[in-house]
Parts: sequence; C-alpha cells; structure tokens
Amino acid sequence: MYSEKVMDHFNNPRNVGEIENASGVGTVGNAKCGDIMRMYLDIDENGIIQEAKFKTFGCGAAVATSSMATELVKGKTIQQALEVTNKAVMEALDGLPPVKVHCSLLAEEAIHAALWDYAEKNNIKIEGLERPVNDISEKEEAPEEEY
Amino acid sequence: MSKLIYLDNAATTQVYPEVLDEMLPYFTEHYGNPAAIYSFAGESEQAVAKARKQVADVIGAKTDEIYFTGGGSESDNWALKATAEAYAPKGKHIITTAIEHHAILHTAQWLEQHGYEITYVGVDENGTVKLDELEAAIRPDTILISVMAANNEIGTIQPLKEIGAIARKHDVLFHTDAVQAFAHVPINVDEMNIDMLSASGHKINGPKGIGVMYIRKGVKIRSFIHGGAQERHRRAGTHNVPGIVGIGKAAEISSANMAKNNEYETKLRDHLIERVLNEIPYTRLNGHRTNRLPNNANFCFRFIEGESMLILLDQAGICGSSGSACTSGSLDPSHVLLAIGLPHEIAHGSLRLTLSEKTTLEDIDYTVDTLKAIIERLRSMSPLYEDFVRKNKEE
Repeated sequence: MYSEKVMDHFNNPRNVGEIENASGVGTVGNAKCGDIMRMYLDIDENGIIQEAKFKTFGCGAAVATSSMATELVKGKTIQQALEVTNKAVMEALDGLPPVKVHCSLLAEEAIHAALWDYAEKNNIKIEGLERPVNDISEKEEAPEEEY
Repeated sequence: MSKLIYLDNAATTQVYPEVLDEMLPYFTEHYGNPAAIYSFAGESEQAVAKARKQVADVIGAKTDEIYFTGGGSESDNWALKATAEAYAPKGKHIITTAIEHHAILHTAQWLEQHGYEITYVGVDENGTVKLDELEAAIRPDTILISVMAANNEIGTIQPLKEIGAIARKHDVLFHTDAVQAFAHVPINVDEMNIDMLSASGHKINGPKGIGVMYIRKGVKIRSFIHGGAQERHRRAGTHNVPGIVGIGKAAEISSANMAKNNEYETKLRDHLIERVLNEIPYTRLNGHRTNRLPNNANFCFRFIEGESMLILLDQAGICGSSGSACTSGSLDPSHVLLAIGLPHEIAHGSLRLTLSEKTTLEDIDYTVDTLKAIIERLRSMSPLYEDFVRKNKEE
C-alpha cells in the first residue's frame, strides 16, 4: 500500500531525535486520532534552518512524512520552508494512499508550529505564517492513565 | 522473507489438508446440483446432508435447524433483519452489545434507520457483557437479544448460558454471533437457550465464503435471500457443495480436537502473555485474563501506534493485527477497546496475536523478542514517550 520511498523513510527515518535549546519546537496532532508530530528546528542568525529533528507517534505514513519534512526544510530559509507544503512532502514520497493524506498535512503543520514557536520566542512576525489549527505545543501532556 | 509466523488466526485460518481433500471431488467429479432429480446428483445431496449433520453435532442442534449461508456476515445480517421483519408486530426493539462485530453493529444501525430501536448494552473492563444492564434493557416490545459468543478482538467469552436464561425468562429470542467461538469452545444451543447462531467456515480451518445459521425450530424468521427452494425455502441459491462439505469436515475435525488444541494453545497463549507483560513496560492485556479464547492475546503498548508496529512485525515475518485507527481506515480506534474503557491514545497502540495449534513455543519466543525491539524503537521516536520520561524526571 505504501510507495518504496515511504517504506524507506519509515524504515530508515532521517533526523529522528531532539535538539536541545532548539530555536523552535512545535507539536501538532491529536492523540485521539492517533498522530502526533513534534518538530525541532535550529535556525541561525541569517534565518537559515541548520538542523531539523522530529519525533512522531503515528502510523507508517506519519513517520515517513515527518522524516521527509525534516529533509525538505534543512538548509532552507524560513520563507523557503513555508513553501514546503503537504503536496511537496507527498510528491517527494512518490504519493500516499488517500486515507493517509492527512499525515502530510500534519507534517506541513509541524513545520509551521516550529516556526511559530521560533517567531514567538524572538518576538518577530513571519509573513504568511499562521498558527496551525492542530498546534498542541502548549497543552502537551503525557496521558494520565494509570497502569 | 522465508520465515512466516502466522498469528492472525482470528482473521482467517489455513484450510486443513483433510478438508481440502474432502472438498475437491465436489468440484470435478460430483458436480451435480443437489436439487436435481437424477441419481448423478444424489452424491451431492448426500454430501450436503452429511455436512449438515457434522455441523449440527457441534452445537447439539437437529439437522433441520442448520442452514448454509455465504458466510458469517450473511448469517448475522439474516438473523437481525429477518427477525426484525418477522417480529415487528410484537415490537421493534432489539438489544445487542457495544462490542459486537461490525456485521452486527452496522446491521443494527441500518435497522435504526428503518424504524427500529436498538439498545447497546455495555461491558465491564474485561469485555464481559453486563448482565444486569442487559436484563434491565428488556421491554415489552423487545424482540431479540443478540450477543456474540466470544469477542473477535479481545477474545473475552460471554456468559451465553446466563444470557440465554434471561432471554428465555422474558420470552425474547436470543441470537449469538459465534463466528469466533463455533468449534473453538463448547456451545450447546439447548443448554444455553440459543435460538439462532451464526458461524463461519474459514475461522475453523475450513473454506472462505461458507457460513452457517442455526435457527431453532419454531422461530418464524423468513427468507433473506429470495429465489429457489433450497434450505427449506429459507435461503435460496444453488448449494455451494464443496464449501458445505468443507465446513462440515472442518467442524468435525475442530470439534474432535477442541479439548486437545485448547489445552495446547492456552499454555502457549499464557506464556506469550506472561512474557510480554513481564518484559515490556507500560503494557496492558486487553480482555479477560482467563475467560478468553484459548488462542487470543491482545495488548496495548503505551506511547506507540499500532500500524507502525504491524509493518515492523511484518518485516520480521510475523502476521498480527491491530485495532488502531490507521488499520481501520477511520480516525477512531477499535470500538471494542473504547467500550472496555481505554482512552483513544492507548487504544491506538493495540496488537492482537491469535495462535493456532501449529504455533510453536519457538514462534512465540521469537515474536516476543522481536516485539521488544520494535516497541523500544517506536518509543524512542515517540513524542508521547519523550513527554512521559521528562515528566517522570521532574517528579
């Protein structure tokens, strides 16, 4: 059901992990629906994304789209990163099954959420950037259930 | 990938070679239509009669109470829709449970759109139907109680005898979807007061596309598939003779080996459950610890999602299934896991492993070892796990 590229990015995800003191961190998704993506960006003084890392809770497509999204924004300017749309992520992965398209939307939102955090931290406004609908960065919490 | 460890026997099973051998002549040699008058067709007619007896014997039914259908889903549809139609003058209320298979649930929802009222009785944290709630739901216009014999996801076996007694006491028909339980655990339609029962061939090492409906004599439901006079005018369509022969033989073999297989599978299942719970942290077993199908284990692993787990298991040659949203094609995880009270994010991380008598201890140990590495890997990339670890550190 998945393309070879999706399977490659699922099996060998690029840029998994965290960045300490990242320039921007964004978490998007909804554990209820089974997808949460967190993206870390390291942005230098010239506004170039030097490093991107991610962690994802989700299906094969969720992992692959996060991995691809980090690859696509690395080395880019903030404006260029904003052009990494869900379509771009999907195309780079040679497509996704229709039921998995929402994963690529989430990947796009993860980039935006991390940039939003960067903008807030630095008190700047990034043109064309809005806070994503599924941004859950401020209310993130581990589930409370006891075992 | 040479290794294949098939742990999805609740989805479907391998046809026994003896079953296939018995079926084959009915494709090529004895292909006559059992409804025909000439002696050539007699062989087919006798084969159908023999299979009907083999099936009837498994549940203590009479042969003329067994009807062959196209599968478990058809039987479930028939039971609900035809009862609804036939007993509408008495009432339009049906009781079922929140954890039924979709063949029942979606049929019940269809009936709701057609003027019927359905009560979905809840289950406890083990997935056992709440008997007091069930009895309290009965009204004067209740025409049917439909409760599955054993749950397909979490394996919990329902108290059929108690449910049958309640149904009889209130003079309401009792149907059970026994697709997972038929020829796997003992069922007796008289002792359990079962009026209708659905079963399927391919869950008992028989062929796909063949099912059974038991209808107690006196229950007045009518035809669901209209056409010829087959199956005492109640289920039209030329008999699927090879399939019928197959389900008959499979029922006979599975029933004869039930005690032996159950003892073997229970031991393996318990070994699997113990190892997983002991060796993988933040894990829970779903379903009743002991009163469950002998071959069923169902777990939830916190902080991870089921589909990712299944893909990685598949790459190691292991076939399992999950109740995560991604595997169901919807945004919601399994309705069964939600009904036993699990929150969404935990229900997404479920894994069902269902064994057969061919599963070995080696298979189970390899599966647990593989699973441990997979869970560790997926947790290492899960933001939920990251938050959990961070929170624990802070405390």
